[in-house]
Amino acid sequence: MEKLRKYIDKIKPNFEPGGKYAKLQSVFEGFETFLFVPNATSKSGVHVHDSIDSKRTMTVVILALLPALLFGMYNVGYQHYLAIGASESFITTFIYGFLAVLPKIVVSYVVGLGIEFVSAQLRGHEIQEGFLVSGMLIPMIVPVDTPLWMIAVATAFAVIFAKEIFGGTGMNIFNVALITRAFLFFAYPSKMSGDSVFVRTSDTFGMGAGEVVEGFSGATPLGQLATQTSGDVVLTDIVGNTISTWDLFLGLIPGSIGETSTLAILIGAAVLLFTGIASWRIMLSVFAGGFAMSLLASTFASATYPGSFLTPVDHICLGGFAFAAVFMATDPVTGARTNVGKYIYGFLIGAITIIIRLYNNGYPEGAMLAVLLMNVFAPLIDYFVVESNVKRRMKRAKKGGTTNE
Amino acid sequence: MTKSCNFALGKKSVVKSMADLVKIKRGLDIPLVGEAAKNIQTASKAEMYAIVPDDFHGVTPKILVKSGEEVKVGTPLMCDKNRPEINFVSPVSGTVEAVNRGERRKVLEIVVKSDGKFDAVDFGKLDAGKMDAQAVKETLLKSGLFAYIKQRPYDVIANPEVEPRDIFVTAFDSAPLAPDFEFVAEGEEAALQAGIDAIAKLTSGKVYVGVKADSKLSLKGCEVVKFQGAHPAGNVGVQIANVAPVNKGEVVWTMSAFDLLLIGRLFTTGKLDFTRTITLAGSEVEAPQYVKTVAGASIASIISGNVKKADHNQRIISGNVLTGTKVSAEDYLRAYSTQVTIIPEGDDCNEFVGWATPGCGKFSVSRTFGSWLFGKNKKYNIDARLRGGERGIIMSGEYDSVFPMDILPEFLIKAVIAFDIDKMENLGIYEVAPEDFALCEFVDTSKLPLQQIIRNGLDALMKEMN
Repeated sequence: MEKLRKYIDKIKPNFEPGGKYAKLQSVFEGFETFLFVPNATSKSGVHVHDSIDSKRTMTVVILALLPALLFGMYNVGYQHYLAIGASESFITTFIYGFLAVLPKIVVSYVVGLGIEFVSAQLRGHEIQEGFLVSGMLIPMIVPVDTPLWMIAVATAFAVIFAKEIFGGTGMNIFNVALITRAFLFFAYPSKMSGDSVFVRTSDTFGMGAGEVVEGFSGATPLGQLATQTSGDVVLTDIVGNTISTWDLFLGLIPGSIGETSTLAILIGAAVLLFTGIASWRIMLSVFAGGFAMSLLASTFASATYPGSFLTPVDHICLGGFAFAAVFMATDPVTGARTNVGKYIYGFLIGAITIIIRLYNNGYPEGAMLAVLLMNVFAPLIDYFVVESNVKRRMKRAKKGGTTNE
Repeated sequence: MTKSCNFALGKKSVVKSMADLVKIKRGLDIPLVGEAAKNIQTASKAEMYAIVPDDFHGVTPKILVKSGEEVKVGTPLMCDKNRPEINFVSPVSGTVEAVNRGERRKVLEIVVKSDGKFDAVDFGKLDAGKMDAQAVKETLLKSGLFAYIKQRPYDVIANPEVEPRDIFVTAFDSAPLAPDFEFVAEGEEAALQAGIDAIAKLTSGKVYVGVKADSKLSLKGCEVVKFQGAHPAGNVGVQIANVAPVNKGEVVWTMSAFDLLLIGRLFTTGKLDFTRTITLAGSEVEAPQYVKTVAGASIASIISGNVKKADHNQRIISGNVLTGTKVSAEDYLRAYSTQVTIIPEGDDCNEFVGWATPGCGKFSVSRTFGSWLFGKNKKYNIDARLRGGERGIIMSGEYDSVFPMDILPEFLIKAVIAFDIDKMENLGIYEVAPEDFALCEFVDTSKLPLQQIIRNGLDALMKEMN
């Protein structure tokens, strides 16, 4: 490490203003602080600081995403081999999924971080870590058959228009990963919904070629709900077997890459809550909101809205609900920031997700739109919480009444 | 909305009626190694003493002495140009060694060479009981002790012309490695009482004294309020907020009981005595302990012989690690300091991919480092590194967890950054001091200079309002 440190110190002047590569200063600093904890010491204010910084925070979130990501990779392979009627070993299944997902991760990071590097340099800022998480979220919330170029275009759009023009990490109004998803959803609807995108039936890099079995249908459970016309809800997997709540919970069902396994997502949730990175207030209230709304819906179940026959637990295990609750709603930058506000914000996300899912047949899933909608309202919720604090102070002043000026 | 307001007010009044114990639930005791053992060593007699104008925020110094002039304990060395009645006096007798100036002739320090005798100006017989408010105030102004009384709003030396609603004294310091006031004040109970009697004359309101939950102090002529909880329970701002918060238009005066002892001594003996029993603590101190010294003494006289020999750089702080001032051995104990802390500087260590290592030895309030495995009783050696780059405010709720007032710290900080005066007032700017944000600054993932932000905001607001 000594040698590396010396080498970095040696080449550092080249990247400082006036140096040969001054245009790459932000990138250089980014890598330097990536390798070594910056040893700048405090100049004013407190003399000691908590060890946590935004790099560590983002690292923990990525760690929390891993169970869902790894499971997602396996599930991509599992769905594929199920579709072609082949039974392969665990390793082969995983490798198939890994090969299918990896290019998406690479594209998302290369495009997003590339834009971050450029804009950091333009502003003369340090490179900020926010996109490390967004870049991992993006491949996890798209269907496996989304073309790479679409991911690239959508990522570029989201990073530039949802984040950089607002001032970068910490300043954005909308969740960057969800803007990517929404862009894909509205710009290329045929590629982002329907029956043909959630299960890869072709080979990946020449691996796992084969014909789909008879009776195959690539519809996700929510897709099936959206097209259902009668009140007898029977959800099936891609080859026609009925699936239970337990299957929904474990997640060997078609869906966006990282969202299917409620179990894997809950492991991530445990990591986030235990480390104190994510707000338990938001997470809990999203689940509460979803539960309450679907309970209400099932009380007044009607055949017009077949989804209302499902139990609240089914709804929480279905689609992107759990993923949104754990990883999207808890984004501190775009969510409510007051403690009271977090309860309201989370509850409404949960409730609206179910409303969109059940009562709007145009959109099979509501989690994405619910979070984006509440992103807009989060500042308003906070505004009212702050106002109540202000009112309390005013009232106190009036009550006290003594002034000495 | 009305309902929640009533509820909150109701809660407040409950606290008031059980005035003997206030539980502070939010806060943090940073577990630093190097706590002072409870034995008092007398520091070697310092040759040089100084007062540093920078300690007195907002004061424009007007120098009243020339180098070579003879001074006694209590001879004014400087006063505030804008309020010449506020004096700042010599803590020792001897001769003025130098008036050191920096850039643009800014006065850095006024150094006095001690004659070792501590001859003090005689203020005659003082009996607060028989004096009126004006007489007490004049005595404090003349003796330089008024400089130890601050005010909210703005956290500056109090304006002697405005009578305060109440006076708040905090009689315990909850900051990391801080001295135990009741240990320091042992044997000086009479002086403490005399101090309270004196300042009680200055307000028609109450004198509130905030003490720790297991306090043994028995004081008269004041309202004693017990506080239980982690730092910042000992911050006077937190005590005010939980007892009788400052509203717009009100002024309260604040001081520390450590400084009240100085007033008490003047009123019991008629002479100034700037003796201070402080802690010398921190991981770089050989034998952390209490040290008896005098305000303004050279740092070298306090720490010499008790600093660990090390290859790495060390940081000496006059004060605690949250609000203290970085000094060198050639500097002087600052006016309001009741401790000297020495920690590693940390600028000479290079930690490889620190964001990815388990970090079992690194302290964090979050459980993102392996150190949580070792429980809450483990003590840490924390150096002065920032441990990260400055970012926009990303995480929410961090500040609230260490900010035990009915104020939304993040929103107040944002209002101050935007300098939106209405919002600042509405969100409670008049109730806070920079020190109240010290813990927020410690836990901040984004490494923002919050105390500085608040200080600048208060200064700009004061300029705007007066």
